[in-house]
Amino acid sequence: MTTSTTTPVAAAVPRAKPATMAQALTRAMRDAMAEDPTVHVMGEDVGTLGGVFRITDGLAKEFGEDRCTDTPLAEAGILGAAVGMAMYGLRPVVEMQFDAFAYPAFEQLISHVAKMRNRTRGAMPLPITIRVPYGGGIGGVEHHSDSSEAYYVATPGLTVVTPATVEDAYGLLRASIASDDPVVFLEPKRLYWAKADWSPEAPARVPGIGTALVRRSGASATLITYGPSLPVCLEAAEAAREEGWDLEVVDLRSLVPFDEDTVVESVRRTGRAVVVHESGGFGGPGAEIAARITERCFHHLEAPVLRVTGFDIPYPPPMLEKHHLPGVDRILDTVARLQWEN
Amino acid sequence: MTVQELPGAGASHRSTPPPAWRPRTDAAPLLPDPEPYRVLGTGAADRLDPVLMRRCYAELVRGRRYNAQATALTRQGRLAVYPSTVGQEACEIAAALVLEERDWLFPSYRDTLAAVARGLDPVQALTLLRGDWHTGYDPRELRIAPLSTPLATQLPHAVGLAHAARLRGDDVVALAMVGDGGTSEGDFHEAMNFAAVWQAPVVFLVQNNGFAISVPLAKQSAAPTLAHKAVGYGMPGRLVDGNDVAAMHEVLSEAVRRARAGGGPTLVEAVTYRMEAHTNADDATRYRGDAEVEAWKAHDPVALLERELTARGILDEEGVRVEREAAEEMAAALREAMNADPVLDPMDLFAHVYAEQTGRLREQAALLRAELEAEGE
Repeated sequence: MTTSTTTPVAAAVPRAKPATMAQALTRAMRDAMAEDPTVHVMGEDVGTLGGVFRITDGLAKEFGEDRCTDTPLAEAGILGAAVGMAMYGLRPVVEMQFDAFAYPAFEQLISHVAKMRNRTRGAMPLPITIRVPYGGGIGGVEHHSDSSEAYYVATPGLTVVTPATVEDAYGLLRASIASDDPVVFLEPKRLYWAKADWSPEAPARVPGIGTALVRRSGASATLITYGPSLPVCLEAAEAAREEGWDLEVVDLRSLVPFDEDTVVESVRRTGRAVVVHESGGFGGPGAEIAARITERCFHHLEAPVLRVTGFDIPYPPPMLEKHHLPGVDRILDTVARLQWEN
Repeated sequence: MTVQELPGAGASHRSTPPPAWRPRTDAAPLLPDPEPYRVLGTGAADRLDPVLMRRCYAELVRGRRYNAQATALTRQGRLAVYPSTVGQEACEIAAALVLEERDWLFPSYRDTLAAVARGLDPVQALTLLRGDWHTGYDPRELRIAPLSTPLATQLPHAVGLAHAARLRGDDVVALAMVGDGGTSEGDFHEAMNFAAVWQAPVVFLVQNNGFAISVPLAKQSAAPTLAHKAVGYGMPGRLVDGNDVAAMHEVLSEAVRRARAGGGPTLVEAVTYRMEAHTNADDATRYRGDAEVEAWKAHDPVALLERELTARGILDEEGVRVEREAAEEMAAALREAMNADPVLDPMDLFAHVYAEQTGRLREQAALLRAELEAEGE
């Protein structure tokens, strides 16, 4: 074998360049469809338009309308049809367009999608990926900004995943499509256009579903978060340095399964924990996480586990949403309360 | 094991590639006949196929006996509940018999009999109602979807499966069953609409048995007939006498044939009557009179066929006796099997929630195992 001195090795490896989460998601579906002819994308507007957020842009053109299908406007029908398609051996990837538009499909999701493996004693798993753009912060009107993750995580049989980085958007969506179980894939829509240096080579290094990642190391307290709140927490952690706090930030990446060990390991080391998410606090994922931390880290805790969440209100109108969403100041104020005095 | 490797997933039946997915061009009339279509007792019965009709008769007799046995098992506490199809056997049998092996049946909770007539083991068919698991069989083996308890939610599954088969080049048809009450559900509408837009090879069979638990059809729908609902979706609607197994077989066969040939979906309304209560937990005397029930007794699906076949010399007393004895044997075997207590493994509770158990489920499984061990001591 001869070694060519004229072909630079670097040319074979695409170099990282700025890419958005939206582009990474599109690329994930494209690559999955190219590798596996059973992968089908479907939903309202996903074909010719490429999705209202353009996440499915170009897929219908490249793979045809049979593989990337504009469906009638009917979420229960979309998901119900996907169940039948999965029963026949396809891997449907359905788009719900907006968080609150997924609600008409809840009966299909809860009564059939989540239960089919179980009710058939494992004979009929359903490899369906349900993409749900979720969360606020984009100035959307009513029904366009809900954080509905609490409903999904309360439903046994569903895997619930939410990326916060460009790299994870690709890696987790590929893993979701490859999963033999139904996955609710929550896309933080306000991060769609956030850029990062990314190359399609990178995803191979991303850990799979069920693994949390420490995004920032720190010693004095742990912020536990996911999806749209990750950048807010990282910003808060930087700001906290001025106050003398060295904050660790854990990105859960998947809510079900929940990577308890990474969270517990971090909190046992820092002794203090704050859970941050946009959805309401009562009955929200933070309540469960705080309970688990209390059970497993009780003797390591220097303060109660605190939560910074959206208020327990219907999602507010866009001109008021900044007061509802957990921001840097509210996180810092909460971190200050971790200086617990007995 | 991936989904694609599972037995029966996307099995290939590629005799001739079906026509490509295209907008509706079928010339079949959309509007149903004004009266339910009948064969038995009319001139149309002259063209009956004796072999097929003998088979139908055997299945009807067996089905009637199955209904009686299952009801008895409920009274003995062996079944939690049983939604009887006495009076509706012709719909159940025809639905099963018109399908090829490669086709799929999507039954509702009442359609145990259709599943059994398709070949499902009678005991496995009752697993849901006995309560030892939700579905007692692998849906891929006989291509029977799990009996659906939520109303009409299995209809979009049938559409999706038929559509997927078409996309893969298989000439597979899905037949989905629903009751008159189920036609009021949103999923019914969405399934009809998807099927018509996609021209999916699906047959929707509505068994209009008069009542949704206690609510009569007049309070359920203002449509002239339920078959009329097809018109708005752009598919043919057929109105059939649901107690006439020959008419049911003919109309459903025609719908299956059209679907298989690329002609798209059909909605068939079978006009029938639920002779017993919604389930044996229900008291039908609160919402209907004896006279109505008696009137329908005169139009019994088993007797209708028996009369026709006897008059035509296709069936004699010996034939009737043979079928009744076969039905008795089936009932005895069912009774015996159902009287044995099922052996259950409580650890199954955690076995089939996810492909790979989550940490949380592993913990809870360990808790249950410890409880079981403590009980065993």
